[in-house]
Amino acid sequence: MAVAAKKSPAPRTTASKAAAPKSSARRSDKSADALDFSKDQELAAYRQMLEIRRFEEKAGQMYGMGLIGGFCHLYIGQEAVVVGMQSALKPGDQVITGYRDHGHMLATGMDPKGVMAELTGRRGGYSKGKGGSMHMFSIEKGFFGGHGIVGAQVSLGTGLAFANHYRDNGGVCLTYFGDGASNQGQVYESFNMAELWKLPVVYIIENNRYAMGTSVSRASAQTDFSKRGASFNIPGEQVDGMDVRAVKAAGERAVEFARSGKGPYILEMLTYRYRGHSMSDPAKYRSKEEVQKMRTEHDPIEQVRARLLEKGWASEDDLKAVDADIREVMNAAADFASHDPEPDPSELYTDVLR
Amino acid sequence: MPTEILMPALSPTMEKGNLAKWIKKEGDTVKSGDVIAEIETDKATMEVEAVDEGTLGKILVPEGTQDVAVNTPIAVILADGEDASAVAAPAPKAAESAPPVAAAPAEPVPVVASAPAPAAPAIVSAPAPEPEVPEGTEMVNQTMREALRDAMAEEMRRDGDVFVMGEEVAEYQGAYKITQGLLQEFGAKRVIDTPITEHGFAGVGVGAAMAGLKPIVEFMTFNFAMQAIDQIINSAAKTLYMSGGQIQCSIVFRGPNGAAARVAAQHSQDYTSWYSHIPGLKVVAPYTAADAKGLLKAAIRDPNPVIFLENEILYGHSSPVPKLDDFIVPLGKARIARPGKDVTLVAWSIGMSYALKAAEELAKLGIDAEVIDLRTIRPMDTETILASVRKTGRLVTVEEGWGQSGVGAEISARVMENAFDYLDAPVLRVYGKDVPMPYAANLEKLALPNVQEVVEAARAVTYR
Ligand SMILES: Cc1ncc(C[n+]2csc(CCOP(=O)(O)OP(=O)(O)O)c2C)c(N)n1
Ligand SMILES: [Mg+2]
Repeated sequence: MAVAAKKSPAPRTTASKAAAPKSSARRSDKSADALDFSKDQELAAYRQMLEIRRFEEKAGQMYGMGLIGGFCHLYIGQEAVVVGMQSALKPGDQVITGYRDHGHMLATGMDPKGVMAELTGRRGGYSKGKGGSMHMFSIEKGFFGGHGIVGAQVSLGTGLAFANHYRDNGGVCLTYFGDGASNQGQVYESFNMAELWKLPVVYIIENNRYAMGTSVSRASAQTDFSKRGASFNIPGEQVDGMDVRAVKAAGERAVEFARSGKGPYILEMLTYRYRGHSMSDPAKYRSKEEVQKMRTEHDPIEQVRARLLEKGWASEDDLKAVDADIREVMNAAADFASHDPEPDPSELYTDVLR
Repeated sequence: MPTEILMPALSPTMEKGNLAKWIKKEGDTVKSGDVIAEIETDKATMEVEAVDEGTLGKILVPEGTQDVAVNTPIAVILADGEDASAVAAPAPKAAESAPPVAAAPAEPVPVVASAPAPAAPAIVSAPAPEPEVPEGTEMVNQTMREALRDAMAEEMRRDGDVFVMGEEVAEYQGAYKITQGLLQEFGAKRVIDTPITEHGFAGVGVGAAMAGLKPIVEFMTFNFAMQAIDQIINSAAKTLYMSGGQIQCSIVFRGPNGAAARVAAQHSQDYTSWYSHIPGLKVVAPYTAADAKGLLKAAIRDPNPVIFLENEILYGHSSPVPKLDDFIVPLGKARIARPGKDVTLVAWSIGMSYALKAAEELAKLGIDAEVIDLRTIRPMDTETILASVRKTGRLVTVEEGWGQSGVGAEISARVMENAFDYLDAPVLRVYGKDVPMPYAANLEKLALPNVQEVVEAARAVTYR
C-alpha cells in the first residue's frame, strides 16, 4: 500500500478496500471518520508525539557520539501509531513489540531517563543496563518488551492475551510487529490459536513499507496486511497510521472488540520510518524524494500542529514553549544516561536464574 | 557556544571511517535534519545529518581524509553571531590501528589445490605436513569479507547449480556486504532475496538440495538460524541416513556467528558447539581470509550439509590470500598457526585472536606456545591436536561460547582419552562466562574471554 501515493490530509484507504471485493476479512469504513479531537486531545497528542521524536533525535545523536552501542532502531515518523493506540488502553492492558521499541515505551509512560540510561548501558536503565535498546520491560506500565527476534513477540503477545483470557481479567494485549515480521510462520500459528480460543489480542502491523532494505512488494505476496487474518476469520482494517485521530478511532474499535470476548483483531497501520533501519543503514533502497514527500505531506506531528494553529488552539509561541519543555526533559535524560555509572561488575552473574 | 560535530559511529563495530564528501560548505546555514557530509564505513557510504541549527563555521577535517577516528571533531556549527575564527583546527587524528585481531601469520598457508579432502589419517606423532601454496604464488591482501564473496562467485561460475538465498543478499548487497556484486554478476535467479522467514527458506533450501541443487543459505546472523534449526537438523542433517544413502543434501548454511559488539543477549550467541553436536553436519569456523576462501569453496563442493560460521568482527580484517585459480582448503584439517614446544593452545575463528596474542605475551615470559587453528570443528582434526599435546604435554582451549558442553570440553575429553599419559597438567579451558550476553560495555567485556585469561591458563598448566 503506497502511503506516499495518497494525498494528505488523512489518506483514505477504505475506498480502495471497498473496491476489493475478494477480501474475506471484515472491514470497517469507520476509519474514514477520524474522530475530531478536542483541544486538550490535540495538545496531548502533540506533546506525546513530540516527546518521542525528540527522544529519538537525542538517541541518534548519542549513538553518533559512541555513548550508545550495538543496534539502535529509531521510531521517527511512526509516532502517531503508538500515541493513538495507547489512548485506547486501560490500566492492566499489555503492550509488546519488537526492537523498534523506544516510542512504545515512552507511550506507555515509561521514564525517558530510564529508557535512555538503558540505551547507554547504565545501572539506572530499565534492565539495569543489561538489555540495551532492544530489550526493556516495565511490568508496572504493562510493557513486555523489547524483543530482538523478528516475529517472536507475536506468539508472546498472544500468550499474554491467553493469560488475560485464562484469568478472565478483561485485559487486552496490543501486539505490535512490522510488515517484514508479518511473513514469519509463527505469526500465522498465533493467529489460528488466537481466533480459535477467542483471545483478547489486537495485532498491530506497523507497515512502514520496508523491512530493512526490502520493500513490502518485494517480500510479500499479499501486500494488504489487513487481510492476513482472513483465512482465520480475524477481522482487519487498514488505518492511516500518520493520523493520530484515525489511529485512536480504529484502536478503540479494535480494543473494544477484543475486550468484549470476540477474539483477535488486526489493524494495519500505514506508516513510514524516516531514518534508516538502524544507525548503520544508508537507506539507499528508496529515493530522497519519497522520504521528503512523506515528511512534508504526512508528518504526524505537523498535522496536529497545523490543526492547532489553524483552530487558534495554540500559537506558534505556545508550541515553541512545549518544544522547549520537551527538549529540557530529553536533555536531562541524556545527561542522566551519560553520567549514571555502568552496572556493578557483580551484576554479570545476577538474574540468570531465580 | 559553537557546537562541534564529531565523527559519528555508524555501526556497532565502526572505529574509524573516511570523510568522503562535504555536502555543505563553510558559511552555509544548516538546520536539523540537513545532510552535511558523507562518510564511508567499510560497509557503506552514510549521510551525516546536522542535529543543530546554525552556520557551518569551520570544516576541521577536509573531504578525502581517510581513517578518521570516531568522535574526532570534523566541523563546527556556529549559532547566530558566533565567529569561526575562534575555532582552532585540530589535526585530524587517524584511528588507532588496534584491531582486536593480530595480523594473520605470514608463514605459508596450507592448501590442497582442487584435490578432494583426504581421508582422516591415522593418529601420527607429528602433524602431517600439508601441501604448500606453490613456490612463488602471489599473495594478495584481502578482507575476510572479500574472500568469502570471491569464494561464492568462483563456485557460482564453476557450477550452475550453486545459488545464494537469504535476507537482503541481493539488492541490498548483503546486510554485512558479503554478497556484494553477486546479484550484478549472476542475476536474480541465482541471488535471491527472501522474506524474513528463516524456517521456511531454510526448508526450501534443503528441499532444493534434495533435488540436487547446491544452495548457499545465508542467515543474516546465526542467531536467526534458531528459527530454522529444525530444518537444519531434522531435515538437512538426517536425510542421507534416513534414506539409506539415497538422498544427499549438499547445502551450505552460512553467516556471522557469535558476539559482534554491544548487540546484547539475543544477537550475540555462539552456536559452534550446538552444530558440532550433530552427526550428519560438517561445521567450519575460519579465522584468516585465506582459510575463509578455501574452506567456503570446499564447503560448497562438499556433498553434505555444512554449517559455515563466520564472525562479524573478522569481516573487515585483511590477511594474505594466495592468488590461485582454484584455491581449496580441505574440510577437517587443522592448521598450526604458530609452532611451539611448551604448551598447546587450540582455538578457531575469533578465538584465534586471543590465542595468538596470548602466545606473544607468553613468549615474553619465556613460554613457547604452539597455536592450533582448528578451522573445522566437525569432523575434528583430533590427530593434529594429539600430536601437539604429545610434544608439549599441556593444553589450553579457547572459545567465546559457553563452557558447559562446549567445544573445549570435547577437545579435552578426546585428549584425555587418547593422550592421557602425555599430559603434564590438567587441560584448562577458556570460554565465555556462563551468562546471556549483557549489553552494558563493561559487562560485555567481562563476559567475553580475553588475552589475559589465556595467558593465565597457559601459565597455570606450565606451572610458571
Ligand atoms: C528472526 C530474525 N530474522 C532476521 C532479523 C534481522 N532483522 C532485524 S529487523 C529486520 C527487519 C524487520 O522489518 P519489519 O518487520 O518491517 O519491522 P521494521 O524494522 O520496519 O520496524 C530484520 C530482517 C531478526 N532480528 N530476527
Ligand atoms: Mg517495516
